[in-house]
Amino acid sequence: MTPILELRGITKRFPGVLANDHISLTLEKGEIHALLGENGAGKTTLMNILYGLYTQDEGEIFVKGKKIDVHSPSDAIHAGVGMVHQHFMLIPVFTVTENVMLGDEYIKPGGVLNQQKAAKKIRKISDTYKMDVDPDAYVRDLPVGTQQRVEIIKLLFREADILIMDEPTAVLTPQEVDELFKIMQTLIKQGKSIIFITHKLREVIECSDRITVIRGGKVIGTTTPKQASMNQLAAMMVGREVDLKVHKKKAIPGNAVLKVNNLKVFSTAGQMAVNDISFEVHSGEILGVAGVQGNGQTELVKALTGLMPVAGGEISIDGQDVTNSSPRKITEIGTAHIPEDRQKDGLVLASPITENLILSTYYKKPFAKGMTLQNQNIFNNSIELVKKFDIRTPSSNTAVSSLSGGNQQKVIVAREFSRPIKLLIASQPTRGLDVGSIEYIHNRVIEKRDDGCAVLLVSTELDEIMQLSDRIAVMFRGKILDILNANEVSKELLGLLMAGVQPSDKEKKLARTKKQEIVVT
Amino acid sequence: MSQEPKKNAFLIFLDELSRSSFLVTLLAIFTGLLLGGLLVAVTTVDVYTAMKVSIWDGIQVALIAMWNTFYNLFIGAVGNPAEIIAALQGGDALTIRRAIAPFFESFVQTTPYIYAGLAVALGFRVGLFNIGAEGQIFIGAATATWAGYAFKGLPVYIHLPLALFFGALGGGIWGFIPGILKAKTGAHEVINTMMMNYIAFLLSDWLLRAPMQDPNEYTPKSPWILDSAKMIRLFDTPIRFHIGFFIALLMAFLVWWLLFKTTLGFELRTVGLNSNAAKYAGMKVTSAIVIGMSLSGALAGMAGANEVLGVNYRLTPGFSSGYGFDSIALALLGRSHPAGVVLASLLFGFLRNGARMMQVRADVPIDIVSILQALILAFIAAPAIIRTIYRLKEQKVEEAGISTRGWRSE
Repeated sequence: MTPILELRGITKRFPGVLANDHISLTLEKGEIHALLGENGAGKTTLMNILYGLYTQDEGEIFVKGKKIDVHSPSDAIHAGVGMVHQHFMLIPVFTVTENVMLGDEYIKPGGVLNQQKAAKKIRKISDTYKMDVDPDAYVRDLPVGTQQRVEIIKLLFREADILIMDEPTAVLTPQEVDELFKIMQTLIKQGKSIIFITHKLREVIECSDRITVIRGGKVIGTTTPKQASMNQLAAMMVGREVDLKVHKKKAIPGNAVLKVNNLKVFSTAGQMAVNDISFEVHSGEILGVAGVQGNGQTELVKALTGLMPVAGGEISIDGQDVTNSSPRKITEIGTAHIPEDRQKDGLVLASPITENLILSTYYKKPFAKGMTLQNQNIFNNSIELVKKFDIRTPSSNTAVSSLSGGNQQKVIVAREFSRPIKLLIASQPTRGLDVGSIEYIHNRVIEKRDDGCAVLLVSTELDEIMQLSDRIAVMFRGKILDILNANEVSKELLGLLMAGVQPSDKEKKLARTKKQEIVVT
Repeated sequence: MSQEPKKNAFLIFLDELSRSSFLVTLLAIFTGLLLGGLLVAVTTVDVYTAMKVSIWDGIQVALIAMWNTFYNLFIGAVGNPAEIIAALQGGDALTIRRAIAPFFESFVQTTPYIYAGLAVALGFRVGLFNIGAEGQIFIGAATATWAGYAFKGLPVYIHLPLALFFGALGGGIWGFIPGILKAKTGAHEVINTMMMNYIAFLLSDWLLRAPMQDPNEYTPKSPWILDSAKMIRLFDTPIRFHIGFFIALLMAFLVWWLLFKTTLGFELRTVGLNSNAAKYAGMKVTSAIVIGMSLSGALAGMAGANEVLGVNYRLTPGFSSGYGFDSIALALLGRSHPAGVVLASLLFGFLRNGARMMQVRADVPIDIVSILQALILAFIAAPAIIRTIYRLKEQKVEEAGISTRGWRSE
């Protein structure tokens, strides 16, 4: 049987970069083919070529055995290829129907839109693939997972047979990921074919039929989830052996560094985002804060770091009351902060590495003498930190914007870890990073813990929370539902808590025994 | 490696210039002048008359018209080389001064541009779009005038700096108000500086009609400032060149030093490039905004003071021929760098000064200079056009320098 899609020898050059080097790939009808690779490996370039956003320098594309030329997305759609982008292309104030029919409108005589007909078709699609989408709902009112389904419906509405999904799970909660995988299974059962782009190993193993690994613009190999282990895949992806397990010694907690008492914080929209929570983080331990995005974690971190006003309760760091203190005071006590959004809040992208490394210490010796900056010392500092934290860059005068995500995060880590700290607040420290960088950041965080630093780790990645934390607090709708010892928790238990369900004692016990089983094997 | 730390901001700037943005700027100026010349050709009636005879004649006349325009623009801006040589040979001091006067007059025209351009450029660096330079110039001129005639019996080395300081203070207050409004309430500085312009125009109008009107005049004019407040002239009449130009260069150096060499400048630039990161790093974003707007206003105020203390010696209505609005163009042309602003100001100063001669001798309206400025700016603002025309390679890094925040952000 001819494959539904075949790419042969696709090559794409950008100035100075060979983004795709003779990539060949086949997609069979009714399969989920995962395209695995680190950021910058060339996955997205390849898919943009297939989708007509770029034109290849060499190579051919065949759909159902027929060679096609794709010069624009409309060519691709015409050939039955559709793409779900990482960032949704939806208009929030329009209804689902309006969004779906945009660009492919049903029209009644006289130029009037035929919304009823479109809505009927959408409802049918939704039912066929069990997507549960209401055509009359406004997109702005829908959760992220449902918005993604609207994107998928857009493609099915245009009769696409081949769906490209670019990092579809990056924006989803664990529950939404499970639902997405179910929908993907339904789609292939009905004869659709899916290319699934990702850099998350677990997801690949979980849901794909075949896996093609790309590194440095080249196909490294194609395998199946049964044949390959996560470690093998990681090694193929990175090009060296990667230790996926985090190795850490037993925590030796000391005295409480961060104390939070009955903290209340309002969100910028004026809602109670953090509702009366109390906890402590001790030196030498990592407290993980788990929870679905948007349950008050952002506001909690902002209140702790002085970026948002505290509406009630107290915060103290190292014995000093820092409730509603300025960010500078909190920093000077010895708090390091790895912000959730590194590009927006953590770095000045247009500035060189040198300046980004002194962003919070520029006014102190040795970087300033009176009011003048000491450029020699600033430069020496950057040379030292670039080396120590292995920041890959042509020079330390390079603008941070031209670094990769992993190296950008290393700049932040270098800045925050290079001064004496007692408390580390890390928010989504590895979001969007590749396997190698994640390994690096995790090891540094554990190093800090072992040095006697108190660490508050906020993450929506369950794996990260479970691997790094010594204790885990689960946040749901602004409250901490429970704080558990990391060795007493299973993924299922955390999943329940994250969904706001208080598990019974039986379930807790089960989790404990399950965990022990894992340890035994 | 030991060489690298010496790479200060100015060298980085030069480096950047040599790489491409400088080339784009030069080509933009060249293209603007060329198109301006074409415009002169197509608006000259003689060209059409000659066209009727033959196309060749038409082209000839058009080229002559363009040549005349640019020749007289040049003569007007730097003086007539033949006249200068003749005067030097003649040896009469007054004749020499007359011959070289146009050259120095160009610097007189340049001086207010430097102050005003620095004002807007400094604002850009802090992420603020100060379009209120015109109003700040009016207020600075008014306060400097008052200080120029109200303080009596002071020696020049105290009175002149004092009057200049009053100009900076007036403009600074006019910048501080929209600054504090933005910092405390989030009101956008574009709207507020624009409104402050109208208040400044009408306020200086009122000042000239009531409290500051010269009792010996029937028209709205202020008293003359005292001699001790006047900018020292370096030559006798008719050369009006005064020390204000050097003070302006000093201010350009100070602005550069402040922005790139001090902790305050680091804060200002960081806030300008990413106010979120500045806030996260513990910087006070609101005070950076207030300081940035105040300094920007003070520089614009000095432009007004310079005109009163160096050229006009009294305040009259509508004295500022639009320096405040040209200053936005200067900051863009100079890519918000003090050195760039000085160069851009020289270009505008020479163009403006040359334009008068061009109007008299070549019978080309003075407005053509405004069109030239507009064309140059359009090409600067749309570098893609220049890159396409001259087949330049795409610049990899985003063009730095201008970083005004959008409408709704903090």
